[in-house]
Amino acid sequence: MTEITTEKARIGAPSAQPFINGFTEEGESLSPINSATSRAPLAGEAVKRHSHGGGVGIPDSSRAGRLTSYNLADFKPLTGLEEDWRFTPLKRLRGLHSEVLSGAAPTVTVSGPEQVTVETVARGDKRIGSAGIPEDRVSANAWENFSEATVLTIPAEFEADTEVTVVIEGTSTEAAAQHLVIVANKFSKAVVVLNHQGSAVVSENIEIVIEDGANLTVVSLQEWNDDAVHASSQQAKIGRDAKFKHVVVSLGGDLVRVTPSARFTAPGGEAEMFGLYFADAGQHLEQRLFVDHAVANCTSNVLYKGALQGRNAHAVWVGDVLIRKEAEGTDSYEANRNLLLTDGARADSVPNLEIETGLIKGAGHASATGRLDDEHLFYLMARGIPEDVARRLVVRGFLHEIIQQIKVPALEERLTEAVERELAVTNN
Amino acid sequence: MSTLEIKDLHVSIDTEQGTKEILKGVSLTIKTGQTHAIMGPNGSGKSTLASTIAGHPRYKVTSGTITLDGEDVLAMSVDARARAGLFLAMQYPVEVPGVSMTNFLRTAKTAIDGEAPKLRTWTKDVKAAMAQLRIDADFAERNVNEGFSGGEKKRVEILQLELFKPKFAILDETDSGLDVDALKVVSEGVNRAHEAGNMGTLLITHYTRILRYIKPDFVHVFVDGQVVEEGGPELADRLEEEGYDRYATGAGAATIAAAAQA
Ligand SMILES: Nc1ncnc2c1ncn2[C@@H]1O[C@H](COP(=O)(O)OP(=O)(O)O)[C@@H](O)[C@H]1O
Ligand SMILES: [Mg+2]
Repeated sequence: MTEITTEKARIGAPSAQPFINGFTEEGESLSPINSATSRAPLAGEAVKRHSHGGGVGIPDSSRAGRLTSYNLADFKPLTGLEEDWRFTPLKRLRGLHSEVLSGAAPTVTVSGPEQVTVETVARGDKRIGSAGIPEDRVSANAWENFSEATVLTIPAEFEADTEVTVVIEGTSTEAAAQHLVIVANKFSKAVVVLNHQGSAVVSENIEIVIEDGANLTVVSLQEWNDDAVHASSQQAKIGRDAKFKHVVVSLGGDLVRVTPSARFTAPGGEAEMFGLYFADAGQHLEQRLFVDHAVANCTSNVLYKGALQGRNAHAVWVGDVLIRKEAEGTDSYEANRNLLLTDGARADSVPNLEIETGLIKGAGHASATGRLDDEHLFYLMARGIPEDVARRLVVRGFLHEIIQQIKVPALEERLTEAVERELAVTNN
Repeated sequence: MSTLEIKDLHVSIDTEQGTKEILKGVSLTIKTGQTHAIMGPNGSGKSTLASTIAGHPRYKVTSGTITLDGEDVLAMSVDARARAGLFLAMQYPVEVPGVSMTNFLRTAKTAIDGEAPKLRTWTKDVKAAMAQLRIDADFAERNVNEGFSGGEKKRVEILQLELFKPKFAILDETDSGLDVDALKVVSEGVNRAHEAGNMGTLLITHYTRILRYIKPDFVHVFVDGQVVEEGGPELADRLEEEGYDRYATGAGAATIAAAAQA
């Protein structure tokens, strides 16, 4: 068998079942054990300017204990030994963690329905800080250094019939800071596509507010040139009965590190977080997500899938899901699947599920990394299909599960083609 | 008229305990229009023979030949063998996630024929073939074999047999795990493909049951990697009554030479 399974979970035994052999959606329902008593402040209504972790009873290793602050000085210089930086090659961050981010930020161009407002605002704008608070030094460095922000607002009850496209075009590789705020007002419905392209060295903070009853999809595409370095904190605050779908697609760039979070602030919220990445030789693609079930009766579903090929292609996925004591009735599932197409590629996959209440509907996690299965290839080839075509069929199918979540036909088509291009590289 | 010829085939596999010889000199000649049944107890090497013909990389041919109309099959890649006209209906068809049946069937047909089938007639052909094999139309949208029951997988193998129109079909225990109704449906499919007149069949089975529906011209009894007895359909009837016990493992080959095919 050609399967490798890596898994680490804070609670529960690893669900190390074969996935490549049928990709069965295993996973498990975990019974809540270790219940911590205190709670941590969060970004949002109750946000403090600064917090050193969760306080009494919350271990440092818990996601609830993570330092959050708007001040760069509160974060110690990075050594690479920090839990949340241990997989990241700091040398390749090109100063995002250590330099003043004074370069020109990538240009932002927005197109879409005219009802959606686009503003360029100064640091003092009241919407800045409404959904996010830096959780690491690189994000705090951007917060300290950005000069102006773009604010997109989808008006209340407006249902956009075409997507809002935000082209974020890098033109320089001087370390820069970027800031975006996306506000989906009450009962609005929209799809926002963030298209990162060009060359840049940039740390970016994106705040996403989904007000009560709103339905927002944010697709973040990283189609950078080969030399780009990109750290992106994308923090969403989800209101009552609001729906948030987040899709991360990382294909280009030298080092891309996306840290999305979904925080429920009122009951009835729903978050779906999907990710697709295709790491080529030498590329480092990292995603660390956080789902914070801080209130009752919310649902979250996470699925990230990645393909890796070539020497030193490296993908990292860390999924922190925290179900707090207050979050009764939570239903949550997270999974990560990696497909290694060649030797010399490496995928690190770490699901962390913390559960502080027994009164939940369900919580599960799964993680598996496998090789392209020889038996799949044999079956297809035994039907006359040449090996390269067979490989492409399987990988395309594997990744299509994420692409089809986007539900914007033109974009799905474009991404399918982008995946084809990545695959074509394998076969020459 | 085509000929598939297997001559003195020896096949080994690598196991944790070292190399193990499974096929110990198999000779067999199949011609277009003929149906050969290979019958033998579990573990006798029937699937090894089938998989070796298809080119599964696990099986190492240490000596002997397989030719298709004189062409060296062993020198061909797995996909080239299929394009040359060999089809293996697998004992345990593999689930291929992420690849829809529709896409798979069209891609395979294109590869085998060397050109894409005409979309309109192809879709119609697939639908008709599925209906005849009582495969639900919505299977076309599902991933290859994914979540199919054992019987459904076997029917889908025969669906491919009917659509791809190979020169030689090797059916590895297609009958196992089928209830009587499914067995009839599947047998009818094989018979339809056969009646078209351009196919020879190697029917591998453990039981005689399927031979009520698919009539073999020749029966070969397979024990411990060798053909130990050969005959006409009447041999199957005898096996039905007597079972395989008569052929003590390893002993048979010494007494009954694997006679060359007519
Ligand atoms: N992958 C394998 N590893 C170890 N032994 C195997 C493997 N495949 C087949 N064998 C052995 O080879 C012999 C023949 O197997 P097989 O061809 O499957 O027989 P049959 O199809 O007649 O039941 C058996 O003894 C079986 O245990
Ligand atoms: Mg068998």
